[in-house]
Amino acid sequence: MKALARSPWICHYNCNSCNGCDIELLACLTPLYDVERFGVINVGNPKHADILVVTGSVNHRNARVLKNIYDQVPKPNVVVALGVCTSSGGIFAGCYNILGGIDKVIPVDVFVVGCPPKPEAMIDGFAKAIGLLDAKAKGLSTPLAEKPRICMVPTVRPEAEAPVSSEKA
Amino acid sequence: MVDVPQWLIIILALVYAPIIGLFLMGIERKLSARFQGRIGPPLFQPYYDLMKLFSKEALVLNRVQILYAYLHLAFMMVTVVLLVLGQDLLLVLFAHAFSTICLILGGMCVRSPYSRIGSHRKIMQMVAYEPIMILMVIGIYINQGSFMGRDVFLLGKPMLLTLPLIFVAFVVAGMIKLDKSPFDVATSHHAHQELVKGITIEYSGPFLGIIELTFAYEVFVIFGVMACFWTTNLWAGLGLALAGYGTMILVDNLTARLTTNWMVRYMWSIPLVLALSNLIWIYK
Repeated sequence: MKALARSPWICHYNCNSCNGCDIELLACLTPLYDVERFGVINVGNPKHADILVVTGSVNHRNARVLKNIYDQVPKPNVVVALGVCTSSGGIFAGCYNILGGIDKVIPVDVFVVGCPPKPEAMIDGFAKAIGLLDAKAKGLSTPLAEKPRICMVPTVRPEAEAPVSSEKA
Repeated sequence: MVDVPQWLIIILALVYAPIIGLFLMGIERKLSARFQGRIGPPLFQPYYDLMKLFSKEALVLNRVQILYAYLHLAFMMVTVVLLVLGQDLLLVLFAHAFSTICLILGGMCVRSPYSRIGSHRKIMQMVAYEPIMILMVIGIYINQGSFMGRDVFLLGKPMLLTLPLIFVAFVVAGMIKLDKSPFDVATSHHAHQELVKGITIEYSGPFLGIIELTFAYEVFVIFGVMACFWTTNLWAGLGLALAGYGTMILVDNLTARLTTNWMVRYMWSIPLVLALSNLIWIYK
């Protein structure tokens, strides 16, 4: 295992989230879950990070900020999208300002679903991200994550991409 | 010690100092985690962190900043070499101060306000701890009649017996040097959100690795100086240094971060008075 996969530092960007995912993400650092066992440190600075964790439904206003922050994370890096908002827009899907998933702005490597995801689900997502970091450190090309086929409310905007309902998934 | 060539000592010191320093940092992270009821990272986590940082992409903001990162490391290496060769302690002090000044200048030559604030606070940290360092060197001079580091070993009795209050003041000053709470105002190793890492905010990848490597050298320097307070027995010296380092970790976990002004007021009152009264006591 490469050293990169042994010390994945995460930087967390709240991209218009309701803070539910952010609170659950910080719960990962508590003694109950203690992600620092895997060398994970929650840094406040994208320039020090290896994993960019994004929460919330991206909108037209902060898409530019998200792209800027992603560009500041040194390669090789991994993007983890937390919560259903990051994949479809969640309860905000169909709003006039919601782009419908952060994968429209930056490449996403891991989607963690839930509203908010449990810390166990987040740790599972980080484990996947660590595997991807290891592969990227070895110079392998890794596939982008498939978008989870879950949407909480149907879209009302006719021109928006129609999300697939959960029955078909 | 006499028949070992000097270049070999220098190479050994430069190779083993960061290895020991990183190991001590690993102990610190493990102990802190245990204090907080967590399992904590593996003991060798600082080695992985450093190897990772050197394998990352190099993002350069401006070349002067990178030059200061290298100078920070170079002056700290000079400090380690001078200390290991038992050279003039005043020179050790100046080389050490130059290293910190390079870090401050590196933080000042970028436009990030967090980096600038971190640099300002680092200057205040220097204002707070440098008098203690100078008083310690003066105390050693009165004790042995010379500024040479190697003469500490010729005394025949431990320095701690004549300079106990200066040792206490040095442990407090060492806490500032190693960015421990309540003094970690410029950059913090635990609270990464405080000032968004302050003075190191604009360094990334291998350049952050250089700063971390320098920090490992610094841990070695502080640990080594604490060990030199008991020179007659190796194990007693190691025990003394471990006790001092353990106290730093304990206080780090017990206290909250306080303000820069409080730090200067505190350092210029209690530890300074401790060191001065020790000087008065041993003055012949």
